[in-house]
Amino acid sequence: MDADAIGRVFRAESGRSMATLIGAFGDIDLAEDAVQEAFAVALNRWAVAGPPANPGGWITTTARNKALDRLRRERRGHELLAEAARIVEVDPVAGPSGEGHAEEGGVRVTDDRLRLIFMCCHPALSLDAQVALTLRLLGGLTTEQVAAAFLVAVPTMAQRLVRAKRKIAGAHIPFRVPPDHELPGRVAAVLGVLYLVYNAGADQPAGPGEPSLRAEAIRLARLLAALMPDDAEAVGLLALLLLTESRQAARFDDDGALVLLADQDRSRWSRRLIREGHDLVRACLRRDQPGPYQVQAAINAVHADASTFADTDWRQIVQLYDHLLALDPSPVVALNRAIAVAEVEGPDAGLAVVEGLGGLDGYHAWHATRGELLVRTGQVTEGATALARAADLAPTSATADHLRRRADDLRLRGEPVGGGPD
Amino acid sequence: MPQYMLSVHMVEGEAPPMRTEEDMQLSMKRIGELETDMKAKGAWVFSARMESHDTASVVRRVDGQRVVSDGPFTESKEHMGGFYIINSADLDEALDWAERTVEATGMPIQVWPFFATAQ
Repeated sequence: MDADAIGRVFRAESGRSMATLIGAFGDIDLAEDAVQEAFAVALNRWAVAGPPANPGGWITTTARNKALDRLRRERRGHELLAEAARIVEVDPVAGPSGEGHAEEGGVRVTDDRLRLIFMCCHPALSLDAQVALTLRLLGGLTTEQVAAAFLVAVPTMAQRLVRAKRKIAGAHIPFRVPPDHELPGRVAAVLGVLYLVYNAGADQPAGPGEPSLRAEAIRLARLLAALMPDDAEAVGLLALLLLTESRQAARFDDDGALVLLADQDRSRWSRRLIREGHDLVRACLRRDQPGPYQVQAAINAVHADASTFADTDWRQIVQLYDHLLALDPSPVVALNRAIAVAEVEGPDAGLAVVEGLGGLDGYHAWHATRGELLVRTGQVTEGATALARAADLAPTSATADHLRRRADDLRLRGEPVGGGPD
Repeated sequence: MPQYMLSVHMVEGEAPPMRTEEDMQLSMKRIGELETDMKAKGAWVFSARMESHDTASVVRRVDGQRVVSDGPFTESKEHMGGFYIINSADLDEALDWAERTVEATGMPIQVWPFFATAQ
């Protein structure tokens, strides 16, 4: 087993070990160091002997022993030692525990990873800190990997993590699942972090051997949906991410340029991800507790159903956007609805809706949508200007390049050969 | 048990929200109820309302001599108007008390943990 493969197994399994150790010792630094030491042992041992039958159990046991050694060496915390011994008895690490809540002798047992998610995504931490902590502690990424994924210098990311951990310890941010009266808001915060992680990776071609933010977000969304099977929005987010991801192979052409939904080669969409996403959307519909992520997943499911852009059931998409707008009355949602309105009622109607929206002058997608609709209503020059403005505002270079190319093409087309109106 | 300071801050030159006599009465009643509840649940440690910040003085020692100057320590436009010191099991419990304080006072509340010297 080579170092890359060991790294992948470790990343997949270490969140559970980290959560168990933080739960047992109440000390994030101790848990991180212990898991890191376990990784060093694994690099030596697994490379020769191959991975153990239960890598997760092995990592937790090894890391726990490293942490206990450290505490004994430092002669600190007899209470901590006693506490850890007690917890290990209750929760034997050798056997894989069930996902999420499980009934054990009538007592509800909560997976420590769920407690860890809520601790990392506590609203008293800055959003940047929530994202970094979630990827580091639960996703098992190294500080260097988190820094690289967000194009932040390593010392800056290290500092961000240190400050976040200091706040958790200093302010006593609890390691527990919030009580029912706080749960909806707190779950929404966790889902927001995972959605942000996915979108941060949307235009990012994953380097070889580097963890992709999209894959990490999906992995964590799967975990959350498994740990909170009663939360329809957690399932909705997973469905949304899977359906969005199903189009990933078609989103860039061979030269790495962005391809819009209308122009994508739909044979490159992942049928496997679409099937899984569809199943989850249907399960959500049966449950009938709609929320913004579920409705967005349903919109993506309608797109996935269509064999061509023109075949899309745009009426249903407009209806779903109406529903989404009622749940989340934001101008960004209204903008997306306008695109669907243009498909049902024509570009003039869509353009009227777009131009009626306020507060989006700094948002590239507003200018891009307006530009395309202007072109479709015959106002090519104005459209090109709007698309160039969109390119200036675009958040990623892939999007900016696409918009600038489009604007340049239109300008060429828009300049009439052999004279035109002055 | 961890301790937190819940504080109300006034911004210099910014009048507190205009309130009717009835609103003030209601606010006082709620603050009274909140403090009774804090005491009943063992959370209340201390509370105080501060005099206006221009009544503050600063003491320094310069060349071994006491030097007293008029005015608050910071140049900041924000000044603490009053505070509670409470015991709470963790931040979430402190945030619950803070939310009730917001409801009673109509003002945003800063929640700041005390540095713990020993467990």
